[in-house]
Amino acid sequence: MSGTARAQLRQLARDPVLFVLLMAIAVSIAVFVIYPLIKVLLASFQVDGAWSFAGYAELAERKLYRNALINSLGVGALVGVIGVAIGFVNAFVLTRLDVPGKTLLHYLTILPIISPPFVSAVSILFLFGFNGLVTRQLLGLQDFSIYGFHGVVLSQVFTFAPIAYLSLRGVLASLSPTLEDAALNIGATRWQAFWKVSFPLALPGIASAFLVVFIESMADFGNPLVLAGAAFPMLAPQAYLEITGSFNLSRGATLAIVLLIPSMTAFAIQRYYLSKRQYITVTGKPTASTSKVVSPAAKWLLYGVALLFALLVTAFYAVILVGAFTKVWGFNYAPTIAHFLYVFDVGFESVKDTLVVALVTTPVSGLLGMLVAFLVVRRNFPGRTALEFGSILSFAVPGTVVGIGYIMAFNAPPLVLTGTLAILVACFVFRYVPVGIQSGIAVLRQIDPAIEEAAQNLGATGLTTFRKITLPLIAPAFFSGLVYAFVRAMTAISAAIFLVSANWNLMTVQILNQVGSGRLGVAAAFSVVVIVIVLVAIVIISSLVNRWSRHTSMVRF
Amino acid sequence: MTDSIRIVGLNKAFASPDGGTVAAVRDINLEIGAGRLVTLLGPSGCGKTTLLRMIAGFEEPTSGDIFFGDKRMNDEPPNRRDTAMVFQSYAVFPHLDVFENVAFGLRLRKLGREEIARRVDKVLEQTGLASYARRSPSQLSGGQQQRVALARCIVMEPRVLLFDEPLSNLDAKLREQMRVEIRELQQRVGITSIYVTHDQVEAMSISDEIVVMNAGVVEQVGTPHAIYARPSSRFVADFIGKANFLTATVADGETVEISGVHLPVAEMPARSPGETVAAVLRPEAIHLSPDAGPFRGTVRRVMFLGNIAEYLVEVDGVGSWIVDSANPAEAPLHRVGEPVFLTPSRHALHLLP
Repeated sequence: MSGTARAQLRQLARDPVLFVLLMAIAVSIAVFVIYPLIKVLLASFQVDGAWSFAGYAELAERKLYRNALINSLGVGALVGVIGVAIGFVNAFVLTRLDVPGKTLLHYLTILPIISPPFVSAVSILFLFGFNGLVTRQLLGLQDFSIYGFHGVVLSQVFTFAPIAYLSLRGVLASLSPTLEDAALNIGATRWQAFWKVSFPLALPGIASAFLVVFIESMADFGNPLVLAGAAFPMLAPQAYLEITGSFNLSRGATLAIVLLIPSMTAFAIQRYYLSKRQYITVTGKPTASTSKVVSPAAKWLLYGVALLFALLVTAFYAVILVGAFTKVWGFNYAPTIAHFLYVFDVGFESVKDTLVVALVTTPVSGLLGMLVAFLVVRRNFPGRTALEFGSILSFAVPGTVVGIGYIMAFNAPPLVLTGTLAILVACFVFRYVPVGIQSGIAVLRQIDPAIEEAAQNLGATGLTTFRKITLPLIAPAFFSGLVYAFVRAMTAISAAIFLVSANWNLMTVQILNQVGSGRLGVAAAFSVVVIVIVLVAIVIISSLVNRWSRHTSMVRF
Repeated sequence: MTDSIRIVGLNKAFASPDGGTVAAVRDINLEIGAGRLVTLLGPSGCGKTTLLRMIAGFEEPTSGDIFFGDKRMNDEPPNRRDTAMVFQSYAVFPHLDVFENVAFGLRLRKLGREEIARRVDKVLEQTGLASYARRSPSQLSGGQQQRVALARCIVMEPRVLLFDEPLSNLDAKLREQMRVEIRELQQRVGITSIYVTHDQVEAMSISDEIVVMNAGVVEQVGTPHAIYARPSSRFVADFIGKANFLTATVADGETVEISGVHLPVAEMPARSPGETVAAVLRPEAIHLSPDAGPFRGTVRRVMFLGNIAEYLVEVDGVGSWIVDSANPAEAPLHRVGEPVFLTPSRHALHLLP
């Protein structure tokens, strides 16, 4: 150990509580993030207990697996392109143009983020399935099938375009329209000003948004499982089927590693290459934000695109809501509350379990995220970069890989957790903490370290400083960390489906089961319940965070 | 309870981006008497802030020791050193109101509600903040925030007060006013204080003693008067005020000779006649006259500054001197190109060792 490392540790050890917390965090990241991945990696090189590359060789040979890889990559790329295009148009309209109804449009655009990621798949079945409202009832098509490539792409674009929108909104907001004005001023046409100035400046952000959508699409499990169909294999559902259908753990592990590689590559490019190339041209002085770079015709065209997407969102959710109250979609459209009665009778256990898991996960994940952000930004210790990397790594690891890793890692001693609440909570905490960490780090870098030094100088320990100064100051990041953790705990499926048990079952898994057995009405009712709980929770969390950050202006120790 | 501070052989090296180390502070030895206000003065990058942050405990020395009284402080974390620091950026807690900012440290000590209220109110009174107690920092001006930062320190009755360029974000008028207030407050509470600044006027006006630093080492320690009148190096002479640097030849035990003119000096370093020495002559210690004086020259530049006029005079056979004339509004100014005679004040010439 070098002299600096020893000095850093010595300095850290002066604050024993913080030191112990840091050690605990480091150990749990090793156990719950790194160890399962290593397990998967090792298992992928083992066939019937012996070391071998046979698993990978077989993958290359068999058409099913080759196609699964090609399909997943193709869908990911296409969804990335379409999703970013929609996201960019919506972000441009909502940050730069002077059009009516921007707030409503914003909330409609991000609505898909807070619902289970495959709710759109259920909507698509309602609209375009064998008994779909559009395909069967309106158009009278007999042999149209929504299953396959187009179905998955449609569903994923709907699910992931909002993510591209959010990230591009930030990109566009940090580019000053003054630059466009300057281009126009020296004689550029509007078209030139956009393509020569605004677009190149936004390009790193666009590429970054593309990779994020690509990662999400590769990792997506629910939509492909519902909509891909047997003729169109994809990696994530295939890995799941190998394990639950054929009980072939090692094949599942091999597929998981194949799934992991493109995701990790995209993540590495996004994080270590693109993120350093983004431009921020907005300076302290406020500038008029309405762009002159689009002509009125183009403006209304772009607005039309944004409206169309919002309309699609509204339609999809309306269909879910109506479907939840409809007897048998496609045959009998009489209203009923039978599906909800089923949810609160047969499915009540899973509603309760999901809530418990989410309620335990949320505060742990929120606090952990802020604490890690604090340690990473404000403290020097050996292995700091490794800790940051380890803690956000899970963002890039597809849930399927995590799920397989967890059943391999925690099914046998030394740590047996399968079938417990703990395994679900650990999985969700470490999977969804990166978003909190990242926003915590971003906010914390804006805050003068002297403010925390002042607290220490006045006698506060590291932990008191964190509780009384840092946490209230990064309340917005804390809030988004909490909301994200809750929403994801309520809506996650890809890893959770490996970890649920008779004791601890989740609503999302129930939704998939209902879809699988053709009871779309019950699936819709479950979805409605999830969405309502999430909305209520966001309101409660926001009022709690508000009240608590106001309360701290009367500190008690 | 206030303490003297002793710094022994202190070094601080930072890792540099190319993998090596950069010495920020080199072998510093200092003794600061209890109750005194000492300024660390130097250009940016001279190590003064690093030294202050080591005293506060925010930076760990690479080697050497820091004592408060007889107690070695190296291994004490910042929150147990009982120092109170006024930061350059004020570092007022933005989410707490003025009262809670000042009460913060007292609450950490778990004092009773009445005692906290009594002490905070008293300090707010002292710093002229009594009517702002329930304001949030965002509603305060820069000067008021500065006062909050100061009040938050004073209320702790710390063993040592530390100031890290506290006035550099204020405008000129306010800076002068706050400087006087800080000095008066420090004298009243009598707490040992270390004050970092790069502004020599600020250092002169506020300090019992000034420590001039350059490139990580201490150049000179002394009272403001001693440092101005008897700088120990060219760097100190140049950094504190303005100076004309001359080359003189030692004539005997009491005088030196410059361009044929013999001048008396107050202190003669150990040199033998005939040796050359570097000498400092302050601009205000030179008298200009149209008709008589030992040196003759030509005015090359005139600046009227209100309280003084600053001339640049090309002195025959010597070089260019800066000359400050006091009260310039009384008589007509010398014009550019005009011949003038120059007379240094008696004993104004200071020889560098």
